[in-house]
Amino acid sequence: MKRPFFLLLPTLLLCTGLTYSHAQGKYMTKTGQVSFFSATPIEDIEAKTQQVAAVLDFSTSQLAFSLPVKSFVFKRTLMQEHFNENYMESDKFPKATFSGRFVNFDAATLNTAGPHPVQVEGDLTLHGVTHHVQVPGSVELKGGQLLASATFPVASADYNIEIPLLVRSNIAKTVSVRVNLACAPVAGAVGAAAPPR
Amino acid sequence: MTRLYSASLFSGLLLAACTLAHPAQAQTDLLNDLEKQTADSTKREVVAATFKGTHIINAQSIETPGHGTLAFLIQHRFGTLNSGAYEFFGLDQAVLRLSFEYGLTDRLAIGVGRSSIEKTFDGFVKYKALQQTTGSRPTPVSVTLFASSAINTLKFNQVANMPERSTASRLDYAYQVLIARKFSPGLSVQLMPTLIHRNYVALDGMQNDVYSIGAGLRQKLTKRIALTADYFYLLPGYAADNYRNALGVGVDIETGGHVFQLHVTNAQGMTEKFFVPQTNGNFFDGDIYFGFTVARNFTIKSQLK
Repeated sequence: MKRPFFLLLPTLLLCTGLTYSHAQGKYMTKTGQVSFFSATPIEDIEAKTQQVAAVLDFSTSQLAFSLPVKSFVFKRTLMQEHFNENYMESDKFPKATFSGRFVNFDAATLNTAGPHPVQVEGDLTLHGVTHHVQVPGSVELKGGQLLASATFPVASADYNIEIPLLVRSNIAKTVSVRVNLACAPVAGAVGAAAPPR
Repeated sequence: MTRLYSASLFSGLLLAACTLAHPAQAQTDLLNDLEKQTADSTKREVVAATFKGTHIINAQSIETPGHGTLAFLIQHRFGTLNSGAYEFFGLDQAVLRLSFEYGLTDRLAIGVGRSSIEKTFDGFVKYKALQQTTGSRPTPVSVTLFASSAINTLKFNQVANMPERSTASRLDYAYQVLIARKFSPGLSVQLMPTLIHRNYVALDGMQNDVYSIGAGLRQKLTKRIALTADYFYLLPGYAADNYRNALGVGVDIETGGHVFQLHVTNAQGMTEKFFVPQTNGNFFDGDIYFGFTVARNFTIKSQLK
């Protein structure tokens, strides 16, 4: 009768151990959302993608994003075509990426409820051009998932995205980018499959 | 014995838990890992924007407006350049075709048009049967099926002793298989086996069915300017003996909102039944019609959910 108890104890300890490790561990998604908005008096433009791959590693304070530029969906089919063909040149530069780290963020904060503000800095690569950026965001551990969000401006001129004269008044010089992620914990080592979403 | 066994199992599991929680390679480049995990070499991606517009010059291209998009096209041909200064080198005369094209889905489009030549109404259906893709098992070409019918609405009985014509005799049909490949971001080529069926032909010996093979291309010069050309070769028969192959050469200029297509061609009509079997002009003798196509797209249904 003693044996089952002793077998149960390590299992319980293992579980708590893993739960604890999640708070400081690694979270990943392949279906994160990024949208951007361009607001001018003449026209508002919005585009959205749900194919953002992201990994946030609190044990090393690192994070990385990657998204296929062609996955952005616009209201107008023609806009989407122009976005890929002329502005982002998606055939030449198929991905937009970010690689950076959390600035002075104590992962233990995640164990308390509510969204926590974070500062993120790193390299944003768009249209083949890389810039070092600092972005404020927020992270929250909720229901076993890590929710992360951020809003930041991107100026198209910084990334050599040329806007023709005729539509210059329709497209904002600086667009607002919104990131929204719900990441699942990654159990095990680098490269392991994420648990089912 | 039992106690010892449990203790070793416990410590073993604890060790495993610690190892799991702290992966050894945590400091490696996270972005590279992410790219490796998301890199899906088998992923097939549809090749978009093989042509800028739904027309190359005379010919339809494989493109459709896309789901929920209504395109309004104004096609225009002036008179021939060699008509002289009195006709202001053709600018005094003009023929026009106005049309609407609507994308029911991303693949299926319908359209209606009205040409000033012979007061012709036309209606057509276009379906993207196959789309060029990239990936590990790519589809090399896009194939769009095109069918159109056109009706001549001229009043024939206005002239003395001329009988009015029956509806059936006013109808013509065009069927095309449009096969295109975007070889590079700049170069796209299209082949167009074409059948024109005419219910009524005016003269003895004229074919009711005219077969032709067309070819078209688009070569980008800059991001927003492209050279275009299309050509219809008539297969041997009455039409080939008495008419000319239609040739068009032009430029596509994209201004951001819409595409202007400027071109010169030896065909004046802007539907298949005119430019395939009955092109009169000799391009190299100066029977050249200057023309343009302007397309304006309206979004009826937003792509964003």
